[in-house]
Amino acid sequence: MRFLLVEDNPQLAAAVLDRLSLDGHVVDHAGDLATADGFISTTDYDLILLDIMLPDGDGRDFLNAHRARGRTTPVIVLTARSEVSDRVGALDMGADDYIAKPFDFAELEARCRAVLRRQAGTATNVTRFGNASLNRLAGTLDVAGKSVELRNRELRLLEVFFAAPGQIIPKPKLVDRLFSYDEEVSENAIEVYVGRLRKHLEGSDVSIVTVRGLGYRLSVP
Amino acid sequence: MSLLRPSSSSIRRRLTLQLLVSAAVLALVLFFIVFNFARQIGSESQDRVLLASARSVLDASTIQDGEVWIDIPYFAFSMLDNPSDDRVFYQIVQDGDLLTGYEDLPQARSDGAEAGFLTVPYRTETLRIVTLTRRLSDGGQPVEVTVTVGQTRDEQADVLNRISRMTVLLGLGFFAVSAVLAVLAGQSTASSLSRLAGSVSRRGPQDLRPVVADVPSEMRPLVRSLNSLIARLSGAFTRTEDFIAEAAHRVRTPLATVRAHAENTLRRVDREENRVSLREMIRAIDESSRAAGQLLDHAMVSLRADQLELQLVELSSLVRDLVERLSPVAEMRDMPIRINAEVPCEVMGDPILIQNAVRNLLDNAVKYAPSDTPIEVGIAAESGNAIITIRDHGAGFPDPTDAQLTRRFTRGENAAGTIGSGLGLTIAEEVARAHQGHLVISNHSDGGGACVQLSIPLR
Amino acid sequence: MRAVIYSLALTLLALPAIGFEIEETLDFPGAGDGPTLRIISTADTSVFSPIITAFQDANPSVGIEYVAVTSSEVMTALAEEGAEFDLAISSAMDLQVKLANDGLADAYFSDLTRALPDWARWHDQVFAFTLEPATMVLSRAAFQGLELPTTRQELITLLRDNPDMFRGRIGTYDVRESGSGYLFATQDARTSETYWRLSELMGGLQARLYSSSADMIGDVASGEIAVAYNVLGSYAGARDDLHDQIIIIPPADFTTVMLRTALIPNSANEVELAGQMIDHLIETSWLGSDTSFNFPGVTPDALAENAALRPIQLGPGLLVYLDRLKRRQFLAEWEAALVQPE
Repeated sequence: MRFLLVEDNPQLAAAVLDRLSLDGHVVDHAGDLATADGFISTTDYDLILLDIMLPDGDGRDFLNAHRARGRTTPVIVLTARSEVSDRVGALDMGADDYIAKPFDFAELEARCRAVLRRQAGTATNVTRFGNASLNRLAGTLDVAGKSVELRNRELRLLEVFFAAPGQIIPKPKLVDRLFSYDEEVSENAIEVYVGRLRKHLEGSDVSIVTVRGLGYRLSVP
Repeated sequence: MSLLRPSSSSIRRRLTLQLLVSAAVLALVLFFIVFNFARQIGSESQDRVLLASARSVLDASTIQDGEVWIDIPYFAFSMLDNPSDDRVFYQIVQDGDLLTGYEDLPQARSDGAEAGFLTVPYRTETLRIVTLTRRLSDGGQPVEVTVTVGQTRDEQADVLNRISRMTVLLGLGFFAVSAVLAVLAGQSTASSLSRLAGSVSRRGPQDLRPVVADVPSEMRPLVRSLNSLIARLSGAFTRTEDFIAEAAHRVRTPLATVRAHAENTLRRVDREENRVSLREMIRAIDESSRAAGQLLDHAMVSLRADQLELQLVELSSLVRDLVERLSPVAEMRDMPIRINAEVPCEVMGDPILIQNAVRNLLDNAVKYAPSDTPIEVGIAAESGNAIITIRDHGAGFPDPTDAQLTRRFTRGENAAGTIGSGLGLTIAEEVARAHQGHLVISNHSDGGGACVQLSIPLR
Repeated sequence: MRAVIYSLALTLLALPAIGFEIEETLDFPGAGDGPTLRIISTADTSVFSPIITAFQDANPSVGIEYVAVTSSEVMTALAEEGAEFDLAISSAMDLQVKLANDGLADAYFSDLTRALPDWARWHDQVFAFTLEPATMVLSRAAFQGLELPTTRQELITLLRDNPDMFRGRIGTYDVRESGSGYLFATQDARTSETYWRLSELMGGLQARLYSSSADMIGDVASGEIAVAYNVLGSYAGARDDLHDQIIIIPPADFTTVMLRTALIPNSANEVELAGQMIDHLIETSWLGSDTSFNFPGVTPDALAENAALRPIQLGPGLLVYLDRLKRRQFLAEWEAALVQPE
C-alpha cells in the first residue's frame, strides 16, 4: 500500500518509514505541509499519516483544505497533544482516526486496518496461496471456498506467515508481533495461536511447519 | 467568596450614609436660612407697621393757636392689632417735652425724616420701637414733634415659632425625601455594581471576553481593571493550555522517535539479551509516556474542572464514540467491548472531561484485564443519576474500599507489571466530583472483575 | 339675703385711705373662714348678685366682697392707687385693655378661656363675658302715636320735626363722667358722622346728661325724658318691671356692641379664685347653663346673623381715645356739640 507520512521530526519519520517499509508498504515522507501538498497533487495514496504541529502550519488546516477539495483519502492524525485539550478536534476536522505519540506500531497497524476497512470495504488486499486466501482488511481466511473469520491475534499471526512464505520465523519475533511489550508472555503462548491457525488451515494448500529449535515456517505450494 | 477580605462596609451603606449626612446638613442649613429669613421678614413687617403707625400719628399733628394738636387716628393703633394681642406703647414729644403717651418709653435715634428703630427692654417686656420726628411750623417758628411707637414682639415670636415649627417640618420633610432618595441612589449605585457583577458572574467560566456592562463613568476604571485582569487571566489560561500542549509535544515526540526505533531494532536483532533490553526499553518508554500523558491529562482536567463549562451531553453516543476509538486496541487483545445502553442519557457537563474520564476507565479495563475477556459498558439512568458502568473480567481490585485507589499515583497492587501511572481513577473521580457526581469502585460479585461506576446527575 | 348693703358714707368712713369713689359695696361672706374674693366692678350690684350667689353655691367657703364703682374709678383704683383687688369687671373695654396693655393685669389660662373666640379675649388677660348693645330707650307714653325711630337718621328726623316735644327730654351719657358713655360716643364718632349731627341736634334741644344708666332708664320709664340715646340695652332689658313704660331699640344702621370684660389685676391676692370666677363668668354667660345670668344682651349667634351689630374690637385701637390729647380734643368737640348755652 502507499502511505504518505507528514511528520517534521526526521528521526521519528525515519523510524516510521523504516517500519512501514519492512511491512512491505511504499511510503513517501513530507517534512512540511508544502511538500505534502506537492505529493498529494501528483500521487494517490491509500492512507495519510498526518502530524499536527508542522513548521509551516497546522496539520488540521491541511486536513481541512484536503477535505474541502473533496479528497477521500483516509487520514490518521498523529498527535503529541493531550487528548483532553479541546483544541485537538482532529476528528471534527475530517480525520478518520488519530493516534497519540508515542505509539505502538501494532496499534498503528490496527488503526490503519480499521480505517482502511471502513474506507474500502472488504474487496481489496487479499493474499492467496493455493486454495487459501487471506483478506487482511476483513480479517477472513478462505480455505477451499470456506470462509473463516479470524480473531485479531490469529489474523496478525497469519499475516506474519503470509508476508514471508517459506521463511523461518523465530518464536520471539512472533511474540513481539502478537503481544504488547507490557504483557509477560512465554513463547509457549505462541503455540496456542499456531495451533488455532493450523486448525483453520486444515484442508488447504498451505501449512505452518514447526522448525524445531528455530521457529515456524509457512509451507506454500 | 472567602477570597474577599471581610469588607468594612458596603458601598450602598456607605453611599447612603454619606447622602443621609449631607441631607441632614442641608436640612439644617435650610432650617437656619429659612428661620433667619423668616425672622428678618417678620421683623421688617413689624417695623413697617410700626412706621406706618408713627407716620399716621405725625400726619395728624397740627398747630392750632400755637398749640400742637394731635388727633391720633383710630387706625394708628388698631393697625397694630394682631392675633397675639401685642401690647402697644407710644409717646409724643414736642421739642423734648412729653406731650402725651408713656413718659418712660425709650426713644430710638431718629435722624430727620429717617425713622429710627430699636429693640429695647421696657417694663417686663422687650419692645420693638420706632421713632419718627417731624418739624412743624408755628408761624415761622419750627416745632419738632417726635413720635415713638413701640410694640411687644409676641406676634413676631409667635409667627417665628410657627415658621420655625414649619421649617422644622420642612427640614424633616426635606430630610425624609432626601433619605428616600439617598437610599434609592445607594440602591441604584449598588444595582449598577450588581449589574456589573451580574454581567461578570452570568458569563460562562470560559467566557473571557472583556466586560462591556453599561456602568457609570466612576466605575469605568474598575471595569477597565477587571478587563485587564480578564485579559491577563485569559492570557494565563491560554498560556497554560499552550504550555500543556507544548509540554506534551516536547515529551511525546522524542519518546515516539525512540520507541519507533527501538521497535524496529527489536525486529532486526536476534540475540536474546539484546531483545530483552530493547523490550525493557520500550516498556520504560511506554510507562513514562503514559505517565506523562496522564499527568498532562490530569493537569488539564483540574484546569477545566475549576472552570467547568456545562453543556448538554448525550452519554450513550459519547461512550459509543469512545468505544469505537478504543476498539482497535481492544481487538489487538481480542477483548470485545459490549455496550449496553438503555436510553439516551442527557447530563449537563463538560464533554471533554467526561470523555477523558470514561476513556481512562476503558483504558484501565483494556490494560489490566486479561486478553480474550470481554469488557462490558453499561449506560443507565437511575434515581436522577446517569450511571456509566465499566466492568472487566480480570482480577478486580484487591480492596475496592481503599480510598487510596483514587489518590494520585496509586495503582492497584495486582496491576504490577502493567504500564500505567494509576492516575486514571483519580482523573475519573475528579471529573465526577466536578459534575456533582461520584465514582464507585467495586469488584463484581458474579465472577469477579473490576467494576467502576461513574455517576453524574441527569439534566 | 346674705348680702349686706353698707351705705356709701359708711364705706367711706370704714376705708378712709381709699381715694377712689365707691358707689356701693356688697359683702357675701363665705361659710367658715374661707378666703375672700375682692371684686371691683362697674356693674350694678343688683344685676351681678345672682352670678355671685351662683358662684358661692359652688364654692360655699368663699367670701366675696363686691365693690361697685364707675368705670373710670376702676382705672383710678388699679392704675393710680394700687388698690388690691382680685378681679376687675368693667364695661369700659378701653380701660380694661389699657390696664392690660400697661402691664397691670395677670394672664390667665384655662380650658374655658381657650375656648373663647379670639375677639372675646385680649392678651390672655382681658376676657369678655357679655355682648351688650348700645340702644335707644324710648318712653312708651311719649311716643304714643309716633312712628318709632329705628335708625339714628330716623331719630334725627324725628327730633328735627318735633323739637318742642323733645326739648329737654332727651337723655344721654355725660361722657366726661361715664366710661361706657365715652366708649360708646367715641365708637359712634369713629363709625359715622351721623353721631355729630345727632349730638348737635341733641345739644340744641338741651339734652340732659347722665353719668348712670340706671338714672337715665328710670327717667325714661317715668316719662321724665322721652328718649335716651346710647343706653346700655342690657341694663334696660334687665328691668322687667319697666317693660310697660319703655321701648328698647337697637339702632338698625349700626349698633355698637360693648363687651363686658373681666381681668385679674396684678395686685390680686386670690389669683386662683379670680380665675375660677372668670371661668364661672364665661360658663354662665357663653354657655348659658345658668339662668342666673342677668345680662340680656346679644348672643354670639345673633352676632353672626345681624350685620348691624358691631362689637367693639378689643385691641390697641382702644388706646387711641384714652390718649390725653385725643380725649381733650374729643371732649372739646363733644362739649361744643352737646353743652350749648340755653
